[in-house]
Amino acid sequence: MAKLGEIVQKVRSKNAGPFWLTIDIFCGDVEAFEQTRNGLSTDRVSAVFATDINHIKRFEIPSLNVIKFSFPRPEIQGSIHDRDIHGASWAALLSDVQLN
Amino acid sequence: MVRVLIPSGALGLNYDKVALERGLEAKPDIIAIDGGSTDSGPAYLGRGVSKYSRTSTKVEWQGLMEARAKAGIPLVIGTAGTCGTDSAVDWLLKITKVIADDLGQSLKIAVLRSSQPNERILKAYADGKVHPLSHAPEISEDIIASCSNIVALAGAEQISAAIETGADIIIAGRTTDTATIAALPLMRGLNAGAAWHGAKIGECGALCATNPQSGVILIDFDKEGFTVTPMADGSHATPHTVSAHMLYENSDPFILHEPGGYLDVTKAEYTAQGDSKVRVIGSKWVPSDKYTVKLEGAFLAGYQSVLIALLRDRRYVENAEIWVSDIREKFTEKAIDRLDLRKEDFSIEIRLIGKNASFGGLETNITTPVEIGVMGIVTATTSELATELGQLLNPYLLHHPLTIEEEQPTFAFPFSPADLNRGEIFGFCLNHVLELSDPMDAFSLEVIQHG
Repeated sequence: MAKLGEIVQKVRSKNAGPFWLTIDIFCGDVEAFEQTRNGLSTDRVSAVFATDINHIKRFEIPSLNVIKFSFPRPEIQGSIHDRDIHGASWAALLSDVQLN
Repeated sequence: MVRVLIPSGALGLNYDKVALERGLEAKPDIIAIDGGSTDSGPAYLGRGVSKYSRTSTKVEWQGLMEARAKAGIPLVIGTAGTCGTDSAVDWLLKITKVIADDLGQSLKIAVLRSSQPNERILKAYADGKVHPLSHAPEISEDIIASCSNIVALAGAEQISAAIETGADIIIAGRTTDTATIAALPLMRGLNAGAAWHGAKIGECGALCATNPQSGVILIDFDKEGFTVTPMADGSHATPHTVSAHMLYENSDPFILHEPGGYLDVTKAEYTAQGDSKVRVIGSKWVPSDKYTVKLEGAFLAGYQSVLIALLRDRRYVENAEIWVSDIREKFTEKAIDRLDLRKEDFSIEIRLIGKNASFGGLETNITTPVEIGVMGIVTATTSELATELGQLLNPYLLHHPLTIEEEQPTFAFPFSPADLNRGEIFGFCLNHVLELSDPMDAFSLEVIQHG
C-alpha cells in the first residue's frame, strides 16, 4: 500500500495552543478519504507519535474529505526538549506512514 | 447588520493596501486586528515583549490609524505586542502616540489591560477559582509564584466595555483571537453563534480564502448568520475554504470555547454567494453557568547555551550517533567532576540535524546524509553556569575522536565564539481557567485623551 503522503492532497500539523497538537489530513477526494479512513487507524497514529491512544481525538469530516487527529503535544511547546515550536513538522512523520 | 473589516491575521504580517482601501469603501463599522498569539513560544510572554519588529509594527499600525481616521470608525487591536502583557500594551501605546503626533491626530484611546499580578492568581488558586483544562500541567503555589508573567484572555465582554467608552482606538492586552471581531455584533444584539463563528473564521484574515497572504477580509454579521468577503484581487472564499478554517489550530473542529460559553458549529451551513463570498448560518452559541477566562503563564525555565558544529567526514557522519553518545557521557562526567554539580543541576542534549533532529527517536526515515549539523544544547540554573557548560562542551564538538588511536580530528564550527548564550529561557505552565464573578474583575480599562 501507498504512504499517506502519496495519496492525500496535504497533511498539516499545527499547535492548538501550547499543550495540544492537531493534524489535519486533507484527502482531496472521496476515494482518498475512504482509503485513509480505512487504512489509518488511531492505533497506528498512537504508535507513530508514541502517545496514549486514549488521549487522541479523531474526527472524520466527509464534507471536507478531511480526517483530523488532536492529541497532547509530545513536549509542551517551547519546553526544553521541544523540537518544533510551531508544531508544523510533525505532519511529515505521519505522511511517511504506510496505509493498511 | 455590523460590518467588520479585518486587515490581516496579525499586525506585523502585512496586508494588501489596495484591498484595505476597497474594504474602507464598503463602509465598515469597525476595524479589528489581532496582535499576537502563543504560537511563537513562551519567550515573548516570559519577557513581556513583541515578536514583530517595532518598524513593521509602526508602519502597519500607521496605515490602520490613517484608515480609521478616514472612515471615522473605531480601530481595535487584541493581544497587543504578541503576548498581551501590560508591558507589551504600553509598547504599542507609545508607538500609537508617536504616530498620532506625526499625523497630527487627536485621539481618545481605550487601554484594556490583561496582566495578572501573581498574588491575584495565588489567591484565586487558594480559593478554588483556578480550574485545569484538558491535559493541563500540574501547578502549585510555587509554580504560580515563579511566573514572570501571567495574562488572562479577555473575551467579548471586556472588549465591549472598551468599545462603549467611545474610543477611537482600543489597545487590548491578551484577548481571545475572536473577541475583537465578535464584540460589536454581540453588542448590537445580533446572532451570538454567528458572531463567534464569523470571528473564528476571520481571525486569521484571508487565511479562510484563497490568496491567504493578501490578508484583508470583510465580514457582515446579522440576526441569522454572517457573510465573508475577501477584499484582495484573486482572493476567493468558498464553502470549502471557509469551513476548513475551523480546523485551523483548533483541537476540535466543531467546538470553540470562549469566555462565557462555547460555539458549536456542528449544524452550520456554508453557501457560496457568487464566486467569492460565503454565507454561513446555523452556528450555535451555548452560554455556560460560570464565567471563566483562560490564563497563560510563563516561568523562568533556566539558562541555555547552544553550540553548532558540522560533521562532513564520511566516517563521522556514518557513526554520528555513537560519537554523540560518547561525548554526552564524557561531558556529563567532566561537568559533575570539575564544576562540582549534581546531575539534576544541568541538562545536555545533542541533536543531529540532517539525521533526526525533528523527531529524535520517533524518526522512521533514517538515511546517511552528506553532512550533519550537530546542535549541542546545555541548560543550567544560572547564566554563568550555562556559559561555563557551553565552553566545557566546546572541545568535544571540535576534536572528539571516534577511537583513541586515531589522529585528533577537527570539525567545523560556523561561528566564533562557538557557544551562543541564549540567556533566560521560559516555559508555559498554565493551561487553566480563572473563574470570575464579574468579567471586568481581572481586567482594567483606562481611557486616555491624546493630543
